[in-house]
Amino acid sequence: MQVPAQVEYERATSVEHALALLSGPDTRVLAGGHSLIPMMKLRLAQPGVLVDINALTELAYIRRDRGELCIGALARHADLLDSALAGELFPIFHDAERVVADPIVRLWGTVGGSLCQADPSEDLSAAFAAARATAVIRGPAGGRSVPVREFHLGPYETVIGPGELLAEIRVPVRPGTGSAYEKVSRRAGDWSIAAAGVVLCLDGDRVASAGIGLTAVGAEHFVAAEAEEFLTGRRVGEDSFAAAGAIAARHCRPAADQRGPQDYKRHLVAELTARALRRAAARAREA
Amino acid sequence: MRIAVTVNGTAYAREIEPRLLLIHFLRDELSLTGSHWGCDTSNCGACVVWLDGRPVKSCTVLAAMADGHAVRTVEDLATGGRLDPVQQGFIECHGLQCGFCTPGMLMTARWLLDRNPDPAPGEIREAISGLLCRCTGYENIVRSVRWAARWTAEHPGDPG
Repeated sequence: MQVPAQVEYERATSVEHALALLSGPDTRVLAGGHSLIPMMKLRLAQPGVLVDINALTELAYIRRDRGELCIGALARHADLLDSALAGELFPIFHDAERVVADPIVRLWGTVGGSLCQADPSEDLSAAFAAARATAVIRGPAGGRSVPVREFHLGPYETVIGPGELLAEIRVPVRPGTGSAYEKVSRRAGDWSIAAAGVVLCLDGDRVASAGIGLTAVGAEHFVAAEAEEFLTGRRVGEDSFAAAGAIAARHCRPAADQRGPQDYKRHLVAELTARALRRAAARAREA
Repeated sequence: MRIAVTVNGTAYAREIEPRLLLIHFLRDELSLTGSHWGCDTSNCGACVVWLDGRPVKSCTVLAAMADGHAVRTVEDLATGGRLDPVQQGFIECHGLQCGFCTPGMLMTARWLLDRNPDPAPGEIREAISGLLCRCTGYENIVRSVRWAARWTAEHPGDPG
């Protein structure tokens, strides 16, 4: 039987209330709880006070604000998957959400919670890194914005400081963009063995800019920076995609574990990066 | 802490520890043992109940989070002594063997049919993909849900 350690429970009724509650010692935000509660049951997390933010429906939106797609931190995985707006602008988010856990978990787990959990195998971090999104953080001193590519400090560690709350993720919308996410896992609902997300902006038959995120393979900030740099300005096509995949595979740092040895994971990175580039390019041409 | 939760239409108030999980609240505090406590890791789905009308794995929710909210469990499916069509479907199509996963399967199937009255087999498989049947009786579970969908289509206005 798995039982969390003793904990206190507070329910926030507004963002300001949540920030006031979070200003106390040893607090932890409780959103969907589908990562935090299992961690607490295993005693890998033992917060003193849980601050439940599930009542903050003002953080549960998905909308467009001029040139950005804005996703409230409390939007559920199912909300992102059901959002026609998100799917139209960034199919990568629908690709990724289809393979996040299972349909019931997706009803409760939140987009912001996934980012804050900072699990190296979590899918949305790579997707938002590929899209060069920005995290909007609220705190006692007001708000601050941090690029998602600087949000994660390491496994299970983010820039969110004591008393702060992730409020929103903003994704820049650019014309001529296509995107895709490709994942391989052992079974339905499981974590990635490896996955690649691509946001590709085309200028005719050339790559204007490429964002490539990698999941579960030790890529710094979930990004394949060398492959992105290689692709910029290249001609769109299989040769470029295969070469970019090979570069991504060379520069990531997967760990051998029960999901497979390093060379297998590097093979997956090369193949999945090329596949995601191919689908993203096709979608960019359809757009 | 003191919580007030409406379960299957009945209001309950209890003094609990904040760390108490919803599945244990239902089973141990309210003696509603229809929901099963299975893997304890949110993998198996035997503990699925509805919270405010949406299925949730109750081993991964604190009872405190349900304070002021409404829970529906498998005990609420039958009405007036008549089984819900999904329950009847599991009988007709041999949808259970050991029966351990059944409460979660039933609550998930009911939710699916409320949103999608005529699901294709693939849609049923997707809907139950977060639940495990260790008897591996998935074929008959899918048939059972299809039976319920057909029965409901043939009996409009009859809840079962």
